[in-house]
Amino acid sequence: MKHYNAEIKITLREGILDVQGKTVEHALSSMNLNQISHIRIGKYISLAVEAESEDKAYSVVNNACRELLANPIMEDFEILLREV
Amino acid sequence: MKFGVISFPGSNCDHDALYAAGTCLGEEVVNLWHKSDEIPSGIDCIVIPGGFSFGDYLRCGAIARFSPIMKQVAQFANSDGLVVGICNGFQILTEAGLLPGVLLRNSNMKFKCKDVFLSVSNNETAFTNAYEKHKVIRIPIAHGEGNYFADATTIEVLEHTNRIAFRYCEENGDITPKANPNGSINNIAGIINDRGNVLGMMPHPERYSDVVVGADDGLAVFKSIQNFVHNA
Repeated sequence: MKHYNAEIKITLREGILDVQGKTVEHALSSMNLNQISHIRIGKYISLAVEAESEDKAYSVVNNACRELLANPIMEDFEILLREV
Repeated sequence: MKFGVISFPGSNCDHDALYAAGTCLGEEVVNLWHKSDEIPSGIDCIVIPGGFSFGDYLRCGAIARFSPIMKQVAQFANSDGLVVGICNGFQILTEAGLLPGVLLRNSNMKFKCKDVFLSVSNNETAFTNAYEKHKVIRIPIAHGEGNYFADATTIEVLEHTNRIAFRYCEENGDITPKANPNGSINNIAGIINDRGNVLGMMPHPERYSDVVVGADDGLAVFKSIQNFVHNA
């Protein structure tokens, strides 16, 4: 068995208003940082996974994301997998 | 008839629901712990109450969906048992796939805790038959994530199949953006599933089931269920 570490980035899908991002954007503009825009705030999850191969590890994490860690109706996710 | 009210760690409206169905409506009620892997026989309606199940960790309702009793709730719903999800219960039902769509963060970023007016959009359901059509009722809301969202096709299906049970409205019944407390598409406050036996709603009818606590506009939800079961 090999050991992998997965870093998962979850963000609201495009087209869904990110009210948290909008609010932070307003705060930044009150700091006169008007050059910053399009803020999206998401979640970061890191986890360890044991599997026979990278493909299998990816499939396990992908399943965890689809079933629990992200809600595909409103969120997209990205998985970064590396062997440790 | 008999109601079963599920308690999860973090549920805080379970006793209100037990009070509404038991004391106010006068029906038999039983409280069910989320770890239970069976629904006792004889139950006609399951209530998934409001609150903050599992601290709203990850997403509202995402963890509760995996509680042992939820498998039984899905089976119960698939065999035409009545299921009502209120507030966090609505969020749990969408996470479990028993109702379409999702509840996003309120569009104004605020946790809204106040009375709102609802228009009864469909009074021919198991949950709304004791109301007149387009009746305006006053019901409390208390949520930070109640902004109903679904893709355009789902919304079209919900609208065309008359599955919107309640909409946020003005006191005179007008459905306006101003009356919408959370940004929900088409002012949706509550929907039913395609078979008509599962209701999800963000407002709290159980909190207004007795004039002693302010109003009883919500009792007719429980009364409707009673009518439906007794006439079945």
